[in-house]
Amino acid sequence: MEITVNGEQKIVESISMLNLLESMNIDSRRVAVELNLEILPKREYATTMLNEGDKIEIVHFVGGG
Amino acid sequence: MSNSDKLVIAGREFTSRLMVGTGKYADFQQMVKAIEVSGAEIVTVAVRRVNISDRSKESLLDYLDTGRYTLLPNTAGCYTAEDAIRTCRLAREAGLSDFVKLEVLGDEKTLFPDNEELLKAAKVLIKEGFTVLPYTTDDPIVCKKLEDIGCAAVMPLGAPIGSGLGIRNPYNIRIILETVKVPVIVDAGVGTASDAAIAMELGCHGVLMNTGIAGAKDPIAMAEAMNLAVRAGRLAYQAGRIPKKLYATASSPVEGIIE
Repeated sequence: MEITVNGEQKIVESISMLNLLESMNIDSRRVAVELNLEILPKREYATTMLNEGDKIEIVHFVGGG
Repeated sequence: MSNSDKLVIAGREFTSRLMVGTGKYADFQQMVKAIEVSGAEIVTVAVRRVNISDRSKESLLDYLDTGRYTLLPNTAGCYTAEDAIRTCRLAREAGLSDFVKLEVLGDEKTLFPDNEELLKAAKVLIKEGFTVLPYTTDDPIVCKKLEDIGCAAVMPLGAPIGSGLGIRNPYNIRIILETVKVPVIVDAGVGTASDAAIAMELGCHGVLMNTGIAGAKDPIAMAEAMNLAVRAGRLAYQAGRIPKKLYATASSPVEGIIE
């Protein structure tokens, strides 16, 4: 199925949010995730299965003033 | 300076009155050293998309000791209340803290705040339990409104972000200091140490800067200069300066001059 992660199209199997983060080598403790414009709490990463057409934003802290 | 001279924001005590940004440094090593030398305890960070195509880049949090520093995520780059609110919610989820530096910009050229959108966003965020530190214009009326709706501090600009023009309207800053009871932190515009000292001499509770340090030829030396300037300015404010007079008053006795 096709999902959008940070504006990029991605083809994935049926996986959880945690699987997705792990597959991209992202430390889930240091990011925040939005699933279809709603914040997804960290405790729900493992139990949230992704669906066709999901739009995901993964953000973290960078240098700024 | 007495040890009890703490900066208190939303019940949290800080010893340093200098807050620094983490942007624009040559590398993370330089950033870490500059922050350390500045003595700052509160450091601002931005919230951005993780680069999913190139995971080789290092992460800011690999370098910042979050046990030592209080992270203050900003909403830089947001031009609507809606975007700023969304960014704050993400920041809280990423950092697990309620502190946010709220900025809603009105214009790309000046990066001046859009106070109407700022107030709108602040209201929503305060209702959601955020500790809101808003970046605003040096307008006492807006600062009063921000205080009234529950902001934990007000952060009027000294001059446009990154301009280095210093405190362009010290009189407005003074009026703001007389108008609000929450801490007043000059945010943006500081170009060199004397600018920071002036803000503190006016009675401001703190100063926030990024480019003034990171953009200097030697950011680590400038971080030390800013550390000293903020402390010197605070001490001078507490000491109470002499009034300005147009004419001279002799420092040496006029009696006993030889004839």
